[in-house]
Amino acid sequence: MKKIFITIAVSIFLIAPNAYSATVKLGFVTTLSTPAAVIGNDMRDAVELALDHIDNKMGSTDVEIVYGDDEFNPQKGKQATERLVTQEKVDIVFGYIWSHVLLASATTVLDAGKILISANAGPSQLAGKGCHENFFNISWQNDQTPMAMGEVLNQRGVNSVYVVAPLYAAGKNMVAGVERTYKGEIVGIDMTKWPDQIDWSSELSKIKAANPDAVFIFYPGRHGPAFISQYEQSGLAGKVDLYSVFTIDSISLPRFQSAGMNGVLGTTMTQFWAPDLDNAANKKFVDGFKAKYGKYPSFYAAQSYDAVMYIKSAVEAVGGDMSNVDGLRAALEKADYDSVRGEFSIGSNHFPIQNFYSREVVEDENGVWTTSVREEVLTMHQDVYASECNM
Amino acid sequence: MEWALLIEQFLNGVQFGVLLFLLAAGLTLTFGIMDLVNLAHGSMYMLGAFFGATIFLWTGSFILALVLAVPIVAGIGIITEVTTLRTLYQRHHLDQVLATFGLILFFNELVQIVWPLEGLTVPVPEYLSSTVPLPFGIEYSLYRLMIIGTGILLAIGMWLLVTRTRLGMLIRAGASDREMVYALGTNIRLLFTLVFGLGTALSALAGVLMAPILGANSGMGEQIIIVAFVVIVIGGIGSIRGSFIAALITGLIDSLGRSFLDVILALFIPINAAEAAAPAISSMLIYIFMAGILFFKPTGLFGKQPN
Repeated sequence: MKKIFITIAVSIFLIAPNAYSATVKLGFVTTLSTPAAVIGNDMRDAVELALDHIDNKMGSTDVEIVYGDDEFNPQKGKQATERLVTQEKVDIVFGYIWSHVLLASATTVLDAGKILISANAGPSQLAGKGCHENFFNISWQNDQTPMAMGEVLNQRGVNSVYVVAPLYAAGKNMVAGVERTYKGEIVGIDMTKWPDQIDWSSELSKIKAANPDAVFIFYPGRHGPAFISQYEQSGLAGKVDLYSVFTIDSISLPRFQSAGMNGVLGTTMTQFWAPDLDNAANKKFVDGFKAKYGKYPSFYAAQSYDAVMYIKSAVEAVGGDMSNVDGLRAALEKADYDSVRGEFSIGSNHFPIQNFYSREVVEDENGVWTTSVREEVLTMHQDVYASECNM
Repeated sequence: MEWALLIEQFLNGVQFGVLLFLLAAGLTLTFGIMDLVNLAHGSMYMLGAFFGATIFLWTGSFILALVLAVPIVAGIGIITEVTTLRTLYQRHHLDQVLATFGLILFFNELVQIVWPLEGLTVPVPEYLSSTVPLPFGIEYSLYRLMIIGTGILLAIGMWLLVTRTRLGMLIRAGASDREMVYALGTNIRLLFTLVFGLGTALSALAGVLMAPILGANSGMGEQIIIVAFVVIVIGGIGSIRGSFIAALITGLIDSLGRSFLDVILALFIPINAAEAAAPAISSMLIYIFMAGILFFKPTGLFGKQPN
């Protein structure tokens, strides 16, 4: 008799966690310490808002979220990812600001047979030859946004450009992107040490000597404000136009505004999304974010919010059965949900095919600096690495 | 060769050099006289930037920011010395490294709690925000010129202090033979606290001056303190003159390297390879230079020779 009890008890113990798992567990990796945590906090805020909006449910399944901190460091990011996969046993891992962190962490998730979704980083490696059936990107491929910027420069008749970007995976993609579409002359390219270098006196002097029509930069996070301050001090502002990608956002704009750096107003960047992009999902997101946190969401936040909605569409498609990875994958490939970016589709390499817009820094009706969408620059654009991907 | 670019990069190098000097001066004194490896010296630079930026944003006066922030941070430095560092003088260097590394973490977290996580951005004061025309058609930032001038004045002041005053005499004596100064009945505790306060004040001043250029950010101290250590090793530990010369050399190597290394490399290897290699090599240049100096002069340029 005793033996039977033990057998039953053991059986229940073994079966129960699988049979009665009515929750979906999601792991979100971002930067939650170091000054770069200001981006990670924005992303986490957006995830929390998304969970509020869906009442913590995907279909009839409850959602549990676990956060991992990459400490702005590829090794630490990989460790955080390992913890989520092996200890927390999450069903899907998503997030990732930094390309080098994502590249270091991807195999940990993919080798475990789980789904990985990038909510920001879009390195060329994972879009081309290194693509994977369980990897999805819900933001953009790194090259696309600077490619859109190259088109803007062409349209505005800019004859020569000087490029400054940090020397790491994403920086290289950004330079490659603008080189691919820009038809004028690139008179100089400087790649600076990342993230250590925060004084660009040398590069700014070289720009002055080269005397280009415009300067193109990519400096995410706190590097952006520092570069733009120094650009204004160098005497280049007002003489040479500054164009940027992922440098001026709703995180850095309040800093510029409180420091009274009016040179930022009117500058142009490109992006797949803007706070005033006109669709119902985006309005709900932006209004909700402003109401809950009292500030504009950044594009990082938009992507994180969108990623939760994206995952929700897949979880509902498989009826909450997270062991059905094939079903999840098929649903993620369809991307059947209302995105904050409006219409888009998922390409063969699992990166989005979507519009890119030019945005301008403006002052809103309440006197707060924000970005406003101007023109559609690239229409339903697919990244150039998709053809190299064999899945 | 474009002369304008060369001169401008020279000025950039000198500006970076005087900044390094302001940090290295305190570091070399604490290391040379108190035999203390103080990694947290960079935290005082960071605190200088934060206090300076805050006071400047509140009052709108950059002078007031300088006048108030420097003594505040020097005071924090002295409190740190009295409460924490004083217990470390007799300890092994490794203990000092661990303890002062702990202080770095403490101060970084502290500023993240007190100030916004994204740090502060401050403009250059209005009257210094223009550019100055120089020969060869150069337009150079007045603010950076002001930093060069301030740094050189302070270097002269330090030189006078060390060579012409009683305090300076004790500092020199302490750097060359600590035990003898003890033995002659000097109040060594007071001397150490004064030296530490002086070093902290210079570091804080550097922070206030750099805030409009770099902004104030948690963790900004570590990036520069490593280079400051390179400077004091090149200059010779304990030598103010050595750290001034080494700081200028290091600043110039860094600026000119970043600017011209690709051109120089292209003389020897294909242009594409040169452009790819230059950023990586230029960030190593100062370390290569330090290794070279240590090979020929193991105690640095102006370090005291071992007995």
